[in-house]
Amino acid sequence: MSFLNSYIYYIGAFGLILVGLYIILVKHNLIKVIVGLGILDTGVNLFLISVGYITKGTAPIFSRPGINSEHMVDPVPQALVLTAIVIGVAVLALALSLAIRLYQHYGTLNLRKIREQKW
Amino acid sequence: MTLVVSFLVVLMLVGAVAASIFRDLISAIIAAALVSLIASILFYFLQAPDVAMAEAAIGAALTAAIFIIAIRRTERFEE
Amino acid sequence: MRRTVTILLLIIVALGISLSLAKIPFGTPKTTVGRHYIDEGIEETGATNIVTSVVVNYRGFDTLGEVTVLFIAAIGLGAVLTTSVKGETRKIQPASLVLYTGCRLLFPLILVFGSYIFIHGHLTPGGGFQGGAIIASGFLLIYLGCRERRISRIASNLAESLGGLIFVVIGLLGLVFGGYFLLNFLPKGTANALFSAGVIPIIYIAIGFKVGSELASIIDNLIEES
Repeated sequence: MSFLNSYIYYIGAFGLILVGLYIILVKHNLIKVIVGLGILDTGVNLFLISVGYITKGTAPIFSRPGINSEHMVDPVPQALVLTAIVIGVAVLALALSLAIRLYQHYGTLNLRKIREQKW
Repeated sequence: MTLVVSFLVVLMLVGAVAASIFRDLISAIIAAALVSLIASILFYFLQAPDVAMAEAAIGAALTAAIFIIAIRRTERFEE
Repeated sequence: MRRTVTILLLIIVALGISLSLAKIPFGTPKTTVGRHYIDEGIEETGATNIVTSVVVNYRGFDTLGEVTVLFIAAIGLGAVLTTSVKGETRKIQPASLVLYTGCRLLFPLILVFGSYIFIHGHLTPGGGFQGGAIIASGFLLIYLGCRERRISRIASNLAESLGGLIFVVIGLLGLVFGGYFLLNFLPKGTANALFSAGVIPIIYIAIGFKVGSELASIIDNLIEES
């Protein structure tokens, strides 16, 4: 039980990374590969935030002037993940625009058929 | 407390596996939005309110919207 | 064949990562620079939200790089999706009266809420990126509810360019006044007041305008029905 208490966030983030990798490597449809890329992104962000957590800590905001700042969690991973989330949505939008162009050119979104048609 | 977090993590992993299994692409996108929503709740439990707000606004709403708009211009079912 | 090789590869990756994750204990402090930002944050920057002071003041150059990446993605999407051959035009059904009036009623409220979040970014949880995403969701509501309206291209280009320009100009003014790029040169004020923390609210307002109009123009380029 204490093992589960300490490592449940790692197991969740790690499972998301594995499912995202599986979708990217195995599936044939291009839009499903892009969905897998989004899931992989979410898993990595969850892992980064769970590394910076301190047990029985609070959020790093001084909302009243005299708050005890002994047990605040680490603010640096939160700043980095804030940037990473916005870059993730920008990459997804660009990938979807390339998928739309590919569909207009080849007429299908199946990666096997596109590879056969090229050669 | 740990029971609630364990239940949410199991639900998130079931949603991710469901996003890989569904053949209707609209259902796969809604499963991916469910994964983003539960990740936002877990960010709140990890004492990170800024990141939770960003993930809920960007990951759950805008990502699903641009996926559905892109599917409208291509095909809906896999293969 | 491909599926079994992939599952074997994923099992090997899982074993490797779990062996190294067992050495990272959960819930212990790992760095000392975070401790320094929490202890000295209010005296050095004046913002009471420590994550905001890390994003805009201590690591402000990374935020400039991230704004550039978002800009390049929006330009790339606009360049890829312009075609000279028009696709088939679909007939757009006009929206019913309840939907139309409801969307027009909600739109200013969403804009005010998003502006509140990025103006108070240095006092409460929030900031430019979250407020910009909420404003883009308001524009998405207009596209879905009142279906013949479009954003005027001139206004969104102007808002986006002015946001980026103000960020870089403030950085250069820091170079002129102090000695290095993105120096915090305005007075810090008292903590927990709205006009405090130097240039941090001004930079966050510029980022809020830029991110909001950029995400709205991405949606506008993707919809693109004649």
